[in-house]
Amino acid sequence: MGDPDGYPDQDRTEHRERVPELVGASRPAVAPRPTGAHRAPDEPDEEPAAAPPAREPLWRGVVRGTGELLITAGLVLLLFVVYELYVTDYLTGQRQDELTQELREEWAQPPAPGEAPQLRQVEIGDAFGVLRIPRLGEDYARVILEGTSETELSQGPGHYEGTAMPGEPGNVALAGHRVGKGSPFLELDAMQPGDPIVVETADSWFVYRVLGDPATGDLDADPSGIPGLQIVRPTDIDVIAPTPNQAASAPTGSYLTLTTCHPRFSARERLIIHARLEGTALAKAELPDGPPALFEG
Amino acid sequence: MYGWIWRHLPGSTGLKALQALVLVAAVCALLLFVVFPWVEPHLPFNDVTVD
Repeated sequence: MGDPDGYPDQDRTEHRERVPELVGASRPAVAPRPTGAHRAPDEPDEEPAAAPPAREPLWRGVVRGTGELLITAGLVLLLFVVYELYVTDYLTGQRQDELTQELREEWAQPPAPGEAPQLRQVEIGDAFGVLRIPRLGEDYARVILEGTSETELSQGPGHYEGTAMPGEPGNVALAGHRVGKGSPFLELDAMQPGDPIVVETADSWFVYRVLGDPATGDLDADPSGIPGLQIVRPTDIDVIAPTPNQAASAPTGSYLTLTTCHPRFSARERLIIHARLEGTALAKAELPDGPPALFEG
Repeated sequence: MYGWIWRHLPGSTGLKALQALVLVAAVCALLLFVVFPWVEPHLPFNDVTVD
């Protein structure tokens, strides 16, 4: 119908719709066809809304955009804090439940013929024991895994590769998160001399006691000279030496060392707890509910 | 930015609000389950080992 060119049928109809609308908006002078053609052809509602920003000075748009970006960044950081403090706790808690169940099932199975359970090879990433620290809660129990990379530590306390296994002479060294990931070692600074740290393996309980003088509560007064609690630089690897704080020493006893970051929310230093094995392994067959040390408190 | 998104959501105000909520939830999920787990190991405050 009086079309100059034949094909863009759709465009033409929409342009026609636009014209009355713009007239209705009582701005006939500012409604040339070409402007309408530049805009998205399928959103006629857009016209009145899009008009004000076009008149707004550029700097206002920039300032508003910057402000919105900053607010967004703040919210994202807040969400990250929530993630670190709560979401990772939840995820690690679920993983701990899974690991506990797997470990119980594994321990319930009789060992393969000719293989003693305590000699079972532990690979990186394997869960192999349960750590109990009554000082950190009556029901405090965490599955420990072999290895101290983030993969293991995000699931639970990790055992430094190459350090002694529970009960062996030398130093059983464990690392754990202070804040987030289940916060296994959050309250480690509350440990007192003589506090039991119990490790459960497939067939035994091992009771370690925090060093120091239980009578006076002095963590530094252990006859061995090794403190029950110390705060060191992150590079002080001697704390996990076979005899704590004695580099390249032969084992002089059975120790257990826990490491975590210090102060909370920081990685500037490391909080270290040293403990010594009390007696020998206690058979789980005789003490199915746990050693008496677990129920002292 | 937010004004622009709001104007481009189709439908009535109620529908727009619903879509906005879905968008917010999607962004949060993306951050919590993809971005943060990826970023986290690169941050310094998670070091708990001596080495």
